[in-house]
Amino acid sequence: GCFVFKPSPKKRRVSQKTVNHFGERKDDSEDTELRYVTCQSLWNEIKLETEQIQEDLNKQLFDNLVSFLRRSHSEFQEKTTEWTCQMKSREIPTAALVLGVNVTDHDLTFRSLSEVLQNNITPYIALLEAKDCPGIKNLMQKLMGQLMNCYIDVDSLEDEDYVQVSQNRIRCSMSSLINWYESVTKKTDSETPRKRRSSSSRHWQSPPVVVILKDMESFTTKVLQDFIVISSQHIREFPLVLIFGIATSPMIIHSLLPHSVSSLLCIELFQSLSSKEHLSTIIDKLLLTARFPFKLGEKVLQVLINIFLYHDFSVQNFIKGFQLCIVEHFYSQPLSILCCQLVDAKKRVNSLSHNQCENIRRLPSFRRYVESQASEKQIALLTTDSYLKEIIQKLLEDLQVYHENYVLVLRCLHVFTSSLPKYPLGKQIRELHCACLENQVWETEEYESSLQLARMLNKSDLVTVLQQCVEIFVSSSGKEFDKTIEKLKEFLTQFQKLEDAFQERDVSVSSQKELQKKTDLYHLQKTLLELKESRRSKKLTKFEMLRFEVVDYIDSLVRNYLVPADRKTLHEIVYFNTASVLREHLNAAPRIALHTALNNPYWYLKNQALKSDGGSISNKAPDICIVYKLHLECGRLINLVDWLEAFSTVVMAVEGPNADAASSDQVDDVIHARFIRAVSELELLGFIKPSKQKTDHVARLTWGGC
Amino acid sequence: MSQPEGKGGGLRVKFVPDEDVLKHIADNPGIKVRKDKIQPTVSVKTFVKKLENISDDEAQEILEEKKYVAALGMCAQDSMGNGSSVSGGEVYSFQTPKRASKMAELASELAQTPGQSVAPDHSKCPEKTAKTPQSSSNYMFLMHVFSLLLQSKRKEFVSTTPYRLRKRLAAPDPYLESESEYSASCSEEEDEEDQKEVSTVLSGQKTPAKAMTASTPPPRNTLAKKIKENKMSNLVEEYFEAHSSSKVLTSDRTLQKLRKRRLDQQTLHDLLKKAPLAYAAEIKELNQQHESLFSKWMLQLHLGFNIVLYGLGSKRDLLEKFRTSVLQDSVHLVVNGYFPSITVRSILSSITEEVLDHIGTFRSPLDQLEFIIKRFKEDSSLELYVLIHNLDSQMLRGERSQQILAQLSSLPSIYLIASVDHINAPLMWDQAKLSLYNWLWYETTTFSPYVEETSYENSLLVQQSGSLALSSLTHVLRSLTLNARGIFRLLAQYQLENKDNTSYPGLSFQDFYQQCREAFLVNSDLTLRAQLTEFRDHKLIRTKRGADGAEYLLIPVDDSTLTDFLEKEDEDV
Repeated sequence: GCFVFKPSPKKRRVSQKTVNHFGERKDDSEDTELRYVTCQSLWNEIKLETEQIQEDLNKQLFDNLVSFLRRSHSEFQEKTTEWTCQMKSREIPTAALVLGVNVTDHDLTFRSLSEVLQNNITPYIALLEAKDCPGIKNLMQKLMGQLMNCYIDVDSLEDEDYVQVSQNRIRCSMSSLINWYESVTKKTDSETPRKRRSSSSRHWQSPPVVVILKDMESFTTKVLQDFIVISSQHIREFPLVLIFGIATSPMIIHSLLPHSVSSLLCIELFQSLSSKEHLSTIIDKLLLTARFPFKLGEKVLQVLINIFLYHDFSVQNFIKGFQLCIVEHFYSQPLSILCCQLVDAKKRVNSLSHNQCENIRRLPSFRRYVESQASEKQIALLTTDSYLKEIIQKLLEDLQVYHENYVLVLRCLHVFTSSLPKYPLGKQIRELHCACLENQVWETEEYESSLQLARMLNKSDLVTVLQQCVEIFVSSSGKEFDKTIEKLKEFLTQFQKLEDAFQERDVSVSSQKELQKKTDLYHLQKTLLELKESRRSKKLTKFEMLRFEVVDYIDSLVRNYLVPADRKTLHEIVYFNTASVLREHLNAAPRIALHTALNNPYWYLKNQALKSDGGSISNKAPDICIVYKLHLECGRLINLVDWLEAFSTVVMAVEGPNADAASSDQVDDVIHARFIRAVSELELLGFIKPSKQKTDHVARLTWGGC
Repeated sequence: MSQPEGKGGGLRVKFVPDEDVLKHIADNPGIKVRKDKIQPTVSVKTFVKKLENISDDEAQEILEEKKYVAALGMCAQDSMGNGSSVSGGEVYSFQTPKRASKMAELASELAQTPGQSVAPDHSKCPEKTAKTPQSSSNYMFLMHVFSLLLQSKRKEFVSTTPYRLRKRLAAPDPYLESESEYSASCSEEEDEEDQKEVSTVLSGQKTPAKAMTASTPPPRNTLAKKIKENKMSNLVEEYFEAHSSSKVLTSDRTLQKLRKRRLDQQTLHDLLKKAPLAYAAEIKELNQQHESLFSKWMLQLHLGFNIVLYGLGSKRDLLEKFRTSVLQDSVHLVVNGYFPSITVRSILSSITEEVLDHIGTFRSPLDQLEFIIKRFKEDSSLELYVLIHNLDSQMLRGERSQQILAQLSSLPSIYLIASVDHINAPLMWDQAKLSLYNWLWYETTTFSPYVEETSYENSLLVQQSGSLALSSLTHVLRSLTLNARGIFRLLAQYQLENKDNTSYPGLSFQDFYQQCREAFLVNSDLTLRAQLTEFRDHKLIRTKRGADGAEYLLIPVDDSTLTDFLEKEDEDV
C-alpha cells in the first residue's frame, strides 16, 4: 500500500522555494517575493512576541516551582540524619501543576519548564507521557533512557560507550538507577573538579532527579501506584521529585491514588495562569497595538475567539489561526506589500508599478475617498500615478495615526465600561474592540446604556477611572493627546476642589443626621421624604454637572477616534476580513458537506436538471444521492432487494419508458452494477454496514432522516 | 441617585442616603411594572404559538443555536462549498420508526415525475403527512430534548417565585396565590437579579391567563408543560421504539430469489465502464476549482500546516494530480489507506528503508518513529511529502496508528496531505492529536466514484472473485519452508475432497497430525502446532472447536480459489 517516489538525483537538488508557491495566481504575479518576505518577517516577529509573552506569563509559576525544587531536597543535600528528617524524607516531594483543559498548550509549557529546570536546578529531567507508559516496565525503561541520555548531553562524548552499554545491559530496575545516579554524582564530584565548579554554579553536587508526568490523568492507576511506592522506598539514595501535569482538578490525585499511596507524596499545588488570561494578553500585545501593521477584521477576530471559547481554550490554536490569517492576507491581497512598517511602506509606495496603482484605484475604500474629492483632484488621482503615490503615502500615515489613537482611546473607554455594573459593552477589552470594529459604537444601544450608567458613577470611582485614563494617555509617546491629558487633569483638580468644598458640607449633614437618629422611625421617614422632595426639585449639584461634562468629553473622544476601521481609506491593505476562509479551514464541518452533497447535489453540480426545491431531490441526481435518499426511508435494517428494486424503478424512469415495459423483476445488469457501486460507496462513507441478522440485509448506522 | 447595585460586584460598604433607600423600595417596582407593560402583547403571541404546539422554548432553542452558528461566522458570506444553510439539527436528527413500504413509495414517487424535481405531494399520500415525526419541522437534536427537559425543570422552579414580589404585583389570579404559598419558603434565597427576571416572567404569565376566558381552568404554564411533556414523551417513545430490539420489519426477499447472479469484481468493473459517468462536465469543473488550490496547498504545507481533504467523492484522482503536477521533483510517499493490509508499520518501514536508506529492524513502531524523528531533526535538508488516501480507513483509524501518524506529521520537514471520507472521521482525533496534525481543512467535493477505494472491500453484493486471496496465499506460502507448504497442501486437499459435504466441520487436529506424520512432514505434534500458529497468524487457517471438544482446522477460502491454488502449486513444483 505504500509507494515511495524519488525523483532522479539530478532533479533532486532543485529544491523548490516556498516563494514559488506564493503568487501563482495570474493577476498579480509581481511583487510576490517581496510579499512573501514581508509575510515571513512579520510572522517571525509575531511568533517571537508570542513566545516572549508566554515566557513572561509563566515566569511566576516557574520561579515558584524552582524554589520548591530547591527546598524539596535540602535535607538530602545536607545529609542530615535527624529522625524527623528521615521520616519526612520517606515522602516524595511532588508538585501538582494544574494547567487547565487546554491540553494543546501544555506541551509548550512543559518544554520551557524543563528548559528552565535544566538551567537552574538539575540536568536530570525526564518527561513521561501516559501513552508511552502502558506498564511499569515501559515507564522505567523510558525513564532510564531519558535520564541516561540527558547525561550524555551534559557530559562529553567519552562516556558514551559506557552509558550505551549500561543502557542495554542493565536491567531496568530502581537499583540500577541508583547505581547510575551514584556513579554520575561521584564522577562530577571527584574526577572533573573543573567541570564541577562550572556546573555547581548552576546545579548542586547532587541535584535532584525531576520526573515530569505530563498528563497525569491518563496514566493507569496501577503504573502510577507502583512507581510511587517503589521510588519512595529508595528516596534516601535517589532524590526524586515528581511533577504532575494536571488538566482537570487537583482532586484527581486522590481519586487516582489510594490513601496509602498518596500519603507517600508530599504534594504542593501550583496553578498556572488560566488560558483566558493568556489570550487577553496575547490580544493585548498583538492586536491592540500599533506595533504590528497587520490587523484582524471584526468577523475574523470573532471567529478566532469563538473557536477559542467554544472549542478548545487553546492559545496555541488561536495563534495558529492568526498565522493562517497572515498567510491568507498576504497570499490573496496583492497590495499587502504595503502592510509593513510605515517607513518601509512609504518607500515601497514610490516603487509601485502601474498595475499596483490600478489595484489601489480599485479598492472600494479608495473609490469612496476619490468620490469625496474635488473633481480636478479626482482626475489627477485616477490618471497620474505619481500624484496617487503621494496621496497614498499621506493616507498610510493617516492610517497609522488612526491606529495609534484608536488603541489609546479604546483602552480609555474600556477603563470606563469595565467599571460599570453588568458590563453593557463587555468585560473584556476584546469585546469592546470587536464592537468598535463592527460599526460605529456610539450608535449602539449598549453604548448608550453604558453612558447612562457612567453618568451615575460615584465620585471615587470616577476619579480613579480618570486617573487611569490619564496614565494611559501619558504612557503614549505621541503628542496628539497632550490636550486631552490636560483636560483630564483639569477634571481631576476640579473634583479635588469639589471634595474640599464637600467635606465641609458633609460635616453639617452628618451632624444633622446625628440629631435625627434619636427621633422615631416615623419622623425620620417623613423628614427624609421631605428632603427628597426638595432634592428632586433642586438643580443639579456641582458634582453632577462635572460628571456630565466628563462623560460628554469621553463621548466626544470616542466619536472622534473610534471610527470603525472599514470607514478608513486603504484599510484593505492592513485588515484581513475574510472570515469564511478561516472558518472553512479551521472549523470545518465535513459531515455537513457530505449531507449537502447527498441531499442537494445542485449545490455543487450546477446543472439545471439537478435543480430542486424543498427537501426533495431530482431523480436525475447522481446514483449515490438516490440510493442515499432511498435508504433514509428505512429503519435499522435495509433489505437489499427492495433497495435495488426501488433504485432501478427510479433509474429506469429517468432513462425512458421504453425499457421498463418488459422487465418485471429482472434488473438490468448495468443498473445492478451501478447500485452495487453506490451501496459500497455508502458503506465506505459509514452510512451502512453489512449485517448478519438477516440474509441480504444491511444495517443503517445513522439516525433518522432528512 | 446612586444605585446600590452600581458597584460592580464585591462587597462594599457605602453610604446610602435614606431617601434613596426609600426610593429604591417604592420606585423600582413601579419601574418594573411600567417596563412590563410592553410585555403582554408579546406573551399573548407566544401563548398562541404554544397552542399551536410549537413551544417558544423550542423557538428560543433554535434561536440560540442560530446565535452560536452566527457567532462562529456560519452566516458570513460563503465562497463555495459547505452547505452553510444546513444546521446541525438537520444532519443529526432522531430516528423515527419506518414502515416497510416507505422506500418503494418514495421510489415510485421519484419515478413518477421524470425529469422534474419531486415535490412531496401531500394531497396524494395523506398518511405521509400524518406521520408528524417525519415532517421536517419537528426534527430535533438529542441535545435539544435535554435542554427542553432542563427548561421545563426550570419553569417549575421559576414558578415558585418570591411571595413578597407577587404580592406587590398584586396578582389577581387565585391560582398564583395558592401556589405562591407553597413556595414562600424559598423566596428568601433569591437575590435581586432573579427577582427582576421573575417579575417579567410573572407578568407574562398573568396576561395570557387574563386573555383566556375564565372558564379555561389550567393555567398557562401547566398547559404548556403538559404539551411539552406530551411532546417529550412522544419523542422518547419514538426513540425507544425505533431502537427496541424487537423484530425488524423488512421483507424477506433475498437476492437469490431474484435469480440474479452475483457479479464479480471484474464484470462489475466492465459494466460500470459501460455506464457513462453522469455530469462529467460539472465534475470536471469542480475538479478544476480544486486544482487551482495546488500552489496554495504547497505554500501552507511549507508553512507548517498539514492539509486534510473532505467531501463527497473520491479524492484519489485529485491527490494523484497534485502529486504528478507539483511533487515530481521531490521525495514523496503515497499511502493507499484503503488497501486492506496497510499498517502503520509498513508506512514507517517504507520511510526508514526507502527514504532514509536504513537497513535494520526495529523492536516496535515507537522505536522506529523515534529513529525517523531523530534523523529528520539531524538532517534539515531532508524533506518528505506524505500523501495518504483515506486516512480514516479501517486499518489506520486506530488510536495508536493515528498517534504515530500525528507525531510523524508534526515534524517540520514532513508534509502531510491526506483525505478522509467517513462521516465520523473527525472523531479519530482528540485535541492533542489535532494539535500535532495541525490541520487545515479543505472541502473538495468531487462526486467522482470511489473506484479504487471500494474495490478492496468485500462488498456486500460482489462475489469474491478470490484473485486477491489467491495471490496472498501464494505469496505467503512461498516464504515458508517446504515442509510447511506440504502441511498446508495436505489440509487443502482434504478440504477439497470434502467440498460436497455441506456439514464438513474441518479436519480434526489428531487426524491431521496422523496424516502429516505419514507424509514425513512433522515428527511431533509440537512442531505441527508451531506450524499451525504461523498459518493462523497469516490468517491462512481457522480453528474451531467441534462438539466433541476436538480442534478442527479449516481454510477460510472458497473452493475455486483453493483449486486454483493447488493447480498453481503443482505447476511450481
